[in-house]
Amino acid sequence: MVDSKNKIKTILSYSIIIIGVIVSLFPFYWMFIGATNSSADIFSFPPKMVPGKSFMKNLSALNEQIDLQRVIFNSFFVAITYTIFTLALSSITGYAFAKFEFKGRNYLFGAILLTMMLPGQATMIPLFDIMKAFGWLNSYKAVIIPGIASAFGIFLMRQNMLKVPDSLIEAARIDGCGEFAIFYKIVLPTMRPSIAALGIYMFMAQWGNFMWQLIVLNDSSMKTLPVALSSLVGLSRVDYGQVLLGASLSTLPVIAIFLILQKQFISGILGGALKE
Amino acid sequence: MDISITREKERRSNLLSKFKLNKRTAPYYFIAPAVALFLLFTLYPFFRTILLSFYSYQRGSYVYSGISNYQRLFSDAIFFKALSNTFTYLLIQVPLMSTLSLILAVALNSKIIKWKSQFRIAFFLPSVTEMIAYSIIFSLFLSDKGLLNYLLSILGIESIPWLVHPFWAKVSIMAALTWRWTGYNMIIMLAGLQGISDTLYEAAEIDGASKFQQFLHITVPQMKPIILFSMLMSTIGTINLFSEPFILTKGGPSNSTISLGLYLYNQGFMNLNFGYASAISVVLLIITAVMSFIQMKAGGKDNGGL
Repeated sequence: MVDSKNKIKTILSYSIIIIGVIVSLFPFYWMFIGATNSSADIFSFPPKMVPGKSFMKNLSALNEQIDLQRVIFNSFFVAITYTIFTLALSSITGYAFAKFEFKGRNYLFGAILLTMMLPGQATMIPLFDIMKAFGWLNSYKAVIIPGIASAFGIFLMRQNMLKVPDSLIEAARIDGCGEFAIFYKIVLPTMRPSIAALGIYMFMAQWGNFMWQLIVLNDSSMKTLPVALSSLVGLSRVDYGQVLLGASLSTLPVIAIFLILQKQFISGILGGALKE
Repeated sequence: MDISITREKERRSNLLSKFKLNKRTAPYYFIAPAVALFLLFTLYPFFRTILLSFYSYQRGSYVYSGISNYQRLFSDAIFFKALSNTFTYLLIQVPLMSTLSLILAVALNSKIIKWKSQFRIAFFLPSVTEMIAYSIIFSLFLSDKGLLNYLLSILGIESIPWLVHPFWAKVSIMAALTWRWTGYNMIIMLAGLQGISDTLYEAAEIDGASKFQQFLHITVPQMKPIILFSMLMSTIGTINLFSEPFILTKGGPSNSTISLGLYLYNQGFMNLNFGYASAISVVLLIITAVMSFIQMKAGGKDNGGL
């Protein structure tokens, strides 16, 4: 009796999960398949579910529409630079908030947390004006710099820095270690897992950042992959094989990074709350 | 005279040492760059948006126009359409997705399930998909001769005008959002579930509580702060909705899927009505603040709320 009840539960749980997995993963499969098919194949009845032969044709067609090499370089350059700056700034700021007493600390930290809830779009127009005034439109600076002070990054680093024992920092001070050296040589190395997690997160966030890039990058040589792709979709006659290839190219790097580093990512972002 | 020179030197070196990097001054130096960036790129634009909402942008410059932008908002049918669409998404999609992610998290937390981490990855992948790629895939799935209508035709169901009918276009946007974010919320819920002590369930088991009763009386109350957090994040995300309607429907048909974010973009960056778009931004800000406040309040003090 108990056994058969358990069996039903097991089957039910697996059914929910398997259906969910299919729904989650099928679009990826279909996108990669579509990248190797022609537009006609994609819309054929019944739809093609196996790889086709149009991959090279799609690639050269896509390359004709957008300077793939340049656009992919832009995407990587923007995402990597942004990630490095954000990590540096988040960790040193998080360290100050976690390990020092200073006037106004709690108010300041609260204010930074509040900006996490601020819808980015609400400040977009003045931010665009600032970019224009600085002469940063159509430059990497406009995409990278406004966002490097990340409230989420500071919050996450602070939470993880709290775990660093004070005695470690005091001991370094007694040994005559300078304040920056304590941060850089002693605290930072212990933060590797958190930095890795935040780094992946920031890379993925910037890689997929779309609306802001759409607004500040108009020059075709400056566009990132998503912005270039969105201009293709706007054309009157869309070649879907080519577009799906572009979509695949823009998704592959984040999927690859996520798959390689998913363990650090999930546990790092959730503060190690997950256990197997 | 000698003494006064030495004193002057001392005073200077004291002044200098005040700014030297030490235990007392270090935090100020460490937070200074981030604070400067926040002031310039967050706080200043925030106040500037509010200010600009009282101006109108005419031939390249801002002209003070009082509350005319707000007056215009109140008689703007498209704005109200965007507002009601946003609330429709909030009332239907956010609870739907939260429930779904909680169910999946509970299923994935069950001891009888194997390959948990593989499943977890599978569910999480949609949320790392690049925005444009995901919108393109869905626009193809949902197009007139797309895959979904093909599947329906196999089942003998007439094709549905997913993206071109006001009702179905909304459904499409919600389906796309649910696909993208359910796994992400599931991971957050899963973390919460694993924080609940097993002894609570064991005690309930001894008292003869059924699984469903345990879920209702242990899981849900214990999970309240996590559910709150994930719903708050989803709410803010939904209020900011832009890419899906931008790529899938352009806000149509007849503005049935336009979001506040998309309307702001259209007014600001397509029509160059920067003042009017700022007024929309202010509304966006107020809604976010009110919704956040309500949800924090609903959470109660004990659950990480207010």
